[in-house]
Amino acid sequence: MAKGGLDAQARQGYTLIAPPFLYALLILAAPLLTILAYSFLTDGYLEVVRDFTWANYAQVWTDPIVRTVMLRSLTVSALVTLVTVLLAFPVAYYVSFMVRPEKKATWLFLITIPFWTSYLIRVFLWKVILGYNGVINSSLTGLGIIDEPLTFILYNVNSIVITLAHAYAPFAILPIFVALEKIDRSLLEAGRDLGESRAMTFWRVTLPLAMPGVLAAVLIVFIPTIGDYVTPELIGGGKIPMIANLIQVQMLALDNRPLGSALAVTAMAIVALVSIVFLLINRRFLKVRS
Amino acid sequence: MKGQGRGLQAYALLYLLFLYAPIILLPLFAFNSGTIIAFPLQGFTTDWFSQMWANATLRTALTNSLIIAVSAAILATCLGIFAARASTRFEFPGKGGMMGFILLPMVLPEIIVAMSLLVVLLGAGVQLSILTVIVGHVLICMPYAIAILTTAFSSLDKSLEEAAYDLGETRWSAFRLVTLPLVMPGIISSLLISFTISLDEFIIAFFLAGNQPTLPTYIFSQLRFPKQIPMIMALGTVLVALSIVLLALGEYFRRRGNARMGGNPTGGFL
Amino acid sequence: MSETRFDRLDAAKPMIECRGVHKHYGDYHALRGIDLTIRAGEFFSLLGPSGCGKTTLLRTIAGFEDISDGVILIDQKHMEEVPANKRPTNMVFQSYAIFPHLTVAQNVAFGLRRDPRGKAEKAALVEEALAMVGLRGFGNRAAHALSGGQRQRVALARALILKPKVLLLDEPLSALDRKMREQMQVELIKLQRQVGITFVLVTHDQEEALVMSDRIAVMFEGEIAQLDGPEALYARPANRRVADFIGVMNFLPARILAEAEGTVTVEAPGLGVVDLPARQVSRANPDDEGPSIGFRPETMTLVGANQTHSQPRETSATIDEVVYYGDMTYYDLRLDGAAAIDGRARPVRISMRNVFGRDVQEVGTRTRLAWSPGSLVLFR
Repeated sequence: MAKGGLDAQARQGYTLIAPPFLYALLILAAPLLTILAYSFLTDGYLEVVRDFTWANYAQVWTDPIVRTVMLRSLTVSALVTLVTVLLAFPVAYYVSFMVRPEKKATWLFLITIPFWTSYLIRVFLWKVILGYNGVINSSLTGLGIIDEPLTFILYNVNSIVITLAHAYAPFAILPIFVALEKIDRSLLEAGRDLGESRAMTFWRVTLPLAMPGVLAAVLIVFIPTIGDYVTPELIGGGKIPMIANLIQVQMLALDNRPLGSALAVTAMAIVALVSIVFLLINRRFLKVRS
Repeated sequence: MKGQGRGLQAYALLYLLFLYAPIILLPLFAFNSGTIIAFPLQGFTTDWFSQMWANATLRTALTNSLIIAVSAAILATCLGIFAARASTRFEFPGKGGMMGFILLPMVLPEIIVAMSLLVVLLGAGVQLSILTVIVGHVLICMPYAIAILTTAFSSLDKSLEEAAYDLGETRWSAFRLVTLPLVMPGIISSLLISFTISLDEFIIAFFLAGNQPTLPTYIFSQLRFPKQIPMIMALGTVLVALSIVLLALGEYFRRRGNARMGGNPTGGFL
Repeated sequence: MSETRFDRLDAAKPMIECRGVHKHYGDYHALRGIDLTIRAGEFFSLLGPSGCGKTTLLRTIAGFEDISDGVILIDQKHMEEVPANKRPTNMVFQSYAIFPHLTVAQNVAFGLRRDPRGKAEKAALVEEALAMVGLRGFGNRAAHALSGGQRQRVALARALILKPKVLLLDEPLSALDRKMREQMQVELIKLQRQVGITFVLVTHDQEEALVMSDRIAVMFEGEIAQLDGPEALYARPANRRVADFIGVMNFLPARILAEAEGTVTVEAPGLGVVDLPARQVSRANPDDEGPSIGFRPETMTLVGANQTHSQPRETSATIDEVVYYGDMTYYDLRLDGAAAIDGRARPVRISMRNVFGRDVQEVGTRTRLAWSPGSLVLFR
């Protein structure tokens, strides 16, 4: 005599989740499916022709420009992720292990504040800091340390990496911090008690237990950076486009929606692939943990 | 132990300096009388602020941004309340997948969200305006609102509402009298965060606003003109100050909420 | 002599009646046909291990959960269409569910919001309810600043101020430390006597149930295994599982020799042959290897070499282990001839109160054990 299949609880749950879910379905899923469909259609003059084709994907995978940009995006994202996570780990470790509990919230607050301030202006200011007559160069020449402005930090991949590492810093610190906070402190004492050195305890106990946080940080930095549009545009001066810029150019400037869609779908597929690999690695660490 | 701790502390402080470097520079150039953004600084001036004040396009952009941010914050928080309550209070098949899907925009490159939405809107013949920006902003603010609200809802003992119901209240009045006041700090903090995100969002606004300026798209358009940059620095200073005030308020409400629940004051912002 | 509390309860009208109550959660069958009558004014306990359905049953009575089948009556009225907020029951939650944003007085007055009475009258009711639970003058305290014991009292006052016909208590003492728990047990009994309301308590703590209840329903896997008063439950468990769950019981394999007119003749290793009347026969567990004899540790007595005793039976044994508890000593003994049935010698545990003049025995000592067949239970 169980009522209808679904119990009252499940019905209430569905009723509640319906508005946000339907919104996401309409505003996110429908557009994503549309560009997926577009990516298999043919581009005509000023319109999209409803002919099924693989040509867009063929072009994405063979065009040397697309390949260069795609590889550059991947390299830059990987570099940014590496730099960001490496720089962030000691900070997360410091806040979790060295800062007194009542001060932790304040530290996290301080770390997150810059993240919430105007992204564009922050990116632009890095250009100011790193530029030809920028803060670093003018200071260094002014002090007589260098004669000519440094160029390796100028309008190139390096400056993009520095800027993005700054932009996504809290994304890397927070998950690592959360993972470190979850570590039972008595485990570390046990490690020490069993005669491990501090470094060995860190290597054999702390780091493996922090790994899920590190992997989450990697993902959460990697995904948005690969789609970043502003930084290459502003810092790179439009001369070193990344995949997002290419998508935009195809979609709008060249009005080739099918090719733009194929690019977007390919980018998403790569992101998804990388995410799945990391999630699988993460599962292994989680299994060890439980 | 001490030595290691001090080394780490020095590093952490350096890192904070790295994080704050752009923000520290901002007011320096905003009050600098030189027209070129470079050291050494020339002299003190408030001209850039008055220039900003007198700029009509900027005022339109500000009005647009405020309308967008307020609407997006309210809508995202309302939808977030539904999702957060569903995920913390009820068990139903497919919950994880549905919640994951709603939270997806948090990890999806914004350019893809913007582009796909743009393609559909153009295809459907919808006129681009600040309304279409609101639609996009609600989508990307919602995951953050849900993250904050879920924390607020999940720290709530389920039996509190049952107790109110047991004591003669209706489902709705139990929610209003017990749950709502207890999650109110979370709601306020969700509104503030969503407002901040929307106010600062560039890509969706850039592609979906049509010819309507918002603050970020206006800033972006002006960064190309060196003459305008000191004024943009002044604008940036005002925006950063505003963000910090809003965030500090959000943090204050979050902590007060925790204290009222008898919880400990630690915990992340996200 | 005036009539006792039990006579009165026996004569009382039924307050809660469950008839064939079933509850399904998807594939999980949480309640499997509960039949139960709780009488007005009774202190009733639902006792069982976690997951046995006791809390589910309490929540269906409160109206928080729908039932899949069956009927529930409270005060002779069907509850099917009555939601929790309209039932004449109030609940004390395991977590107490004190509203943290309200003061103690606001918490206690919460249920009076829709009451038409005036402000002053309500304030007096609140003060009275607080006094009843020993919190006079606590009204203006912030709720989140209270200790565990105080929260519990506020929860009680908040529920009792509405004068419900039934007070439901969901593991109310489990969050308290041992001392506080024992103190609250006594206070709850007194409170129940004072207000005369039917109390239904859910607990997994058998001692707590025995101390506080007029009657106890022992539940396993969604069914009631036994419903009895504390003494009957302890002395004559309906089956071996109940016997195992409540207190400590020794089990020895037994062989049934004869059966006549309800009396069973049994042989147990070390105890010899005994005749047991029907009231001393219970059901075995389905997975038991065969019939067994059970007895409580305190029903047998160690007798020193030159002591006499008045028990009808006596058995020789060797002390294997001695565990000293201060007021009590536990002895693990090997009965002579214990391996007679299946070749395995099972130790039995005997408890002795440490009274003046009685020495604690040592390991390895040969001793005698005095007992009576009246304290044995056969599980078959």
